[in-house]
Amino acid sequence: MTAPLKGEIDPGAFTHTQFAHCESGVASNLLRHYGLQISEPMAFGIGSGLFFGHLPFVKVNGIPGTTYRIWPGGIFNKLCKRLGVKMVSQKFKQPAKAMAALDELLKEGIPVGMQTSVYYLPYLPPAYRFHFNAHNLVVFGKDGEDYLVSDPVMEEVAKIDYDSLAKARFAKGYPEPSGKLYYPVEVPKQVDLSKAIKQGIDQTCNFMLRVPVPMLGVKGIKFLGKRVKKYPQLGDRRATLFLGNIIRMQEEIGTGGAGFRFMYAAFLQEAANYLERDELKPMAQELTAIGDQWRQFAFDAGRICKSRESHANGYDLLSDRLMAIASQETDFYKKLWKVKL
Amino acid sequence: MKKDEVPQDNNQLHQQSFKQLMYAVDNSGDYVKVPSVGWEPENVAMAQAWEHVNEKIALTKARVISGELSPIAYYMEKCLMDLPTLAAHIGKFQWQVKRHFKPAVFQKLNEKLLQRYADVFQISREQLLHVNEIK
Repeated sequence: MTAPLKGEIDPGAFTHTQFAHCESGVASNLLRHYGLQISEPMAFGIGSGLFFGHLPFVKVNGIPGTTYRIWPGGIFNKLCKRLGVKMVSQKFKQPAKAMAALDELLKEGIPVGMQTSVYYLPYLPPAYRFHFNAHNLVVFGKDGEDYLVSDPVMEEVAKIDYDSLAKARFAKGYPEPSGKLYYPVEVPKQVDLSKAIKQGIDQTCNFMLRVPVPMLGVKGIKFLGKRVKKYPQLGDRRATLFLGNIIRMQEEIGTGGAGFRFMYAAFLQEAANYLERDELKPMAQELTAIGDQWRQFAFDAGRICKSRESHANGYDLLSDRLMAIASQETDFYKKLWKVKL
Repeated sequence: MKKDEVPQDNNQLHQQSFKQLMYAVDNSGDYVKVPSVGWEPENVAMAQAWEHVNEKIALTKARVISGELSPIAYYMEKCLMDLPTLAAHIGKFQWQVKRHFKPAVFQKLNEKLLQRYADVFQISREQLLHVNEIK
């Protein structure tokens, strides 16, 4: 293990900013602490956060999973690699040891990022507290026995007690946090983002267009479209539950009704300004329009969930929407890939 | 999504105070962060998910009270867990946990295991043992 940075951190100087999404938000908050200003969309884009996958065999309570982003931890890891940030990441077997390691780091004034389960975070509204184990947050200090939490989805700094935090860090089920904590040990003061941006865009286009699995990337959107068409066969009840889950994943806290599409569009806009490449600006606009299509899809799906009756043509319409989105996204990534950066 | 299109559909699930940030386009076409109190389709989906959970809890509760299942089955639902998750928490195989759903087997569980279940469910051992607690 590399020794943590010393002398460069002013304990208690951690500033919390609210963001739309936990992982890219934690990345932005943590790196800013070490003097590296990276906006949330920039972190998301460089970390190749945008993705799509529909996994009927990964079921939570019998409902198939849908994701609009790459796997948990992926954004952060890629971001650090591409920016030349060195991170230390640790997992633990015993909660007591995991909490002791956290205390040690806090004593040295090091803000610590960690993976937690939403279910055990008492400061979140109860309605959001399902067993979702890939929530990222930063603990940066203590107030008496309580820990000070910078949770990117919260407006203000939150507090959490020892037991809740220990439970949140040791929840079971995929993806298991196992007390995972992480912190930067080497952060460059100045980074040229050009190469990192290019790598980020390149990988996203590659993943969306070329992954040879029918459930992933733009193929995954078509795959979901075909399945939605058959949802009426499941019966009204299950069909609306399946549909509801697609919406909820699309709306994973604060992604603006379009499963990260808007955040990525914001990234493209920022990248266009940074690289002085005007070709990226229309790409941002195009993705915004695709995001609006996703919003329309969620809106129609929500109406079916609410009315609770399945009209087969309702599902047909949703299926058509997904097929249209899939072909729009295919065109989009192809064009984006061709932009010479 | 334009800045003024950012949904502001509140409902009781959000508890007023909780605002999310979303990325939307302002009048000059630039992306900005805009707080949102919620969105109707998401509210519907979330309410529906909770309704599903509550139904399962009620159903299991009835079966525990009638003596068909042990309280472990009820608390598992109450804590929004499924069998694999609960088994992982307890450190047993799924078939073992499933056996503990039988009231006769539940009666014979040792103190240590009962305490482990109680800890996972965040209740006391007494609460777990007394079926009356859940009525």
